[in-house]
Amino acid sequence: MEKTFKGYCVISGECEGKIVVTSQAISFAGGVDPITGCINDPRHELFGQSVSKKVLAFPFGKGSSATSLFLLELARVGKAPAAIINVRTEPILAAGAILSKHFYGKEIPILNLDEKGFRALKTGQRVFVNATKGLLTII
Amino acid sequence: MRLTDQEKAILEGKHGEARRIALLILADLGELFGAEEMMDISQVHIDSSAYMVDAGLEFAERVSELGGRVAVPTSLNISAIDLKRWKEYRVPPELLEKCRRMEKAYLKMGATPTWTCAPYQQGMIPRFGEQIAWGESNAIAFANSVIGARTNRYGDLIDICAAIVGRVPRFGLHLTENRKAEVLIRLAGITNEMFGDKAVYPLLGFLVGEIAGDRVSAIEGIPKNVDVDCLKGFSAAAASSGAVGLFHIVGVTPEAQTLEMCFQDTRPKAVAEISPKMIQDVEQRIWTAKGDKLDLVAVGCPHFSFMEFRELARLMEGKKVHSSIAFWVFTSRTVYGWVKSSGMLKELTDSGIMVFTDGCPLQIPKETWHFHVMMTNSAKSANYCYSQTGLDVAYGSLEECVDSAVRGKICRRILPWRKHLKDIVSYPVNVKGK
Repeated sequence: MEKTFKGYCVISGECEGKIVVTSQAISFAGGVDPITGCINDPRHELFGQSVSKKVLAFPFGKGSSATSLFLLELARVGKAPAAIINVRTEPILAAGAILSKHFYGKEIPILNLDEKGFRALKTGQRVFVNATKGLLTII
Repeated sequence: MRLTDQEKAILEGKHGEARRIALLILADLGELFGAEEMMDISQVHIDSSAYMVDAGLEFAERVSELGGRVAVPTSLNISAIDLKRWKEYRVPPELLEKCRRMEKAYLKMGATPTWTCAPYQQGMIPRFGEQIAWGESNAIAFANSVIGARTNRYGDLIDICAAIVGRVPRFGLHLTENRKAEVLIRLAGITNEMFGDKAVYPLLGFLVGEIAGDRVSAIEGIPKNVDVDCLKGFSAAAASSGAVGLFHIVGVTPEAQTLEMCFQDTRPKAVAEISPKMIQDVEQRIWTAKGDKLDLVAVGCPHFSFMEFRELARLMEGKKVHSSIAFWVFTSRTVYGWVKSSGMLKELTDSGIMVFTDGCPLQIPKETWHFHVMMTNSAKSANYCYSQTGLDVAYGSLEECVDSAVRGKICRRILPWRKHLKDIVSYPVNVKGK
């Protein structure tokens, strides 16, 4: 049964894909390998998992200001997440997607959901993200 | 967002392609965070100066080639290597070439070759209340919190854009109302003896980052005489475990003389407590080394200050680094000059310590150095150590880093609040140095 959540568009774009969900914050710099797109922070619950081409849901970003650079690099090498779902998107993370759009012409849609919507997301679900309209549909 | 005629002209490309792209990116960021207009900034600290991935180099070279020049005083963060002592640092030729290209691009843009992640300790120090645009998460947290200057957490490459335009969108921590604390964090049961151990401050910072997340916090219970290097380690840790751009320490930081000031006369939205047990636990969580094997001691994350060098020289007096250990200190070129002039540099190098400038303990050339376990006095370094370098990590005070380097294995002091770390050689505090 399809279920749609209304959220807030941070970076426009749309995609369909499998979702990977974590309740832990992520720092792309020092948290995601820029070559493989896998989580490489050994303390993170997603350690070892690839976020490349996935819809990646985490509550908010954290850590190093090089996160924007690492997200841009993932876009450059074609290993970026297909879309990002946050409760709140902080400027450094948003910057990575803005840079990617203007510098490489590659979109990484970012959508914010409220905490209730975020909690309904489960790893492995197939979702359609229309960040432009602020919508996420669990297929 | 309302744009001035000048800004509209920039977006139309009348002031060059570099400024057009830079403003386009900044305007997008401003729209996103609800800024109504752009505002002047008086200085920029560029985090993106370290070569880490090719996207950073491509961006810097492109902006530089398009004629991008900094419009305000601009300092540079670390390089990925020691640009002067690259031979001793065993920098592979390909990495050296990329770091040189990075250096060339930024110097062409007119940035100051400060090459440090602690720009607030010497050089271009902002004033209280000054509107600035800084990258480097530790420096952002320090500038906002300890100095009371105002910057958002600007990401890599956004910092270059800000430097070229000389303006940023007016939002976030630039505005007084957003500098209000939301979370009150109380320290409970932490004794003066514990505060006497400088290893406690980065651990406290790490916990504050975890509790605060992306919210502004106010911390109550830190001694008023806390020194600036402890605040540096605290800021770096908080900004690595959380999205911390600003914290207030009641009675210590300038916007936090009282609790009412921190919360701007509102009530905390959340209250949390930090206990000695939590400090013990977090130390275990950041520690990934198994056993007491060690081959690298690396300090200077963020870059070492002159006072930290003095402490290190005192601790190393009459001692030598064990033959199986590399002991590295990272600092700025400015502090390096002072340490050299003071005679300390010779003492330290004679004892087996290597002092590097510009670089970072988390950017070790993996092809030429084959370490397994690093010890550090930085919780930020410990946090990123495994993911950035592939090394396991042990954590301790500077004194313990020295003891471990001299003995050739990880050593910890036995202190009342440390009852963990069973596998590690520990010894009572009163027989240290034996």
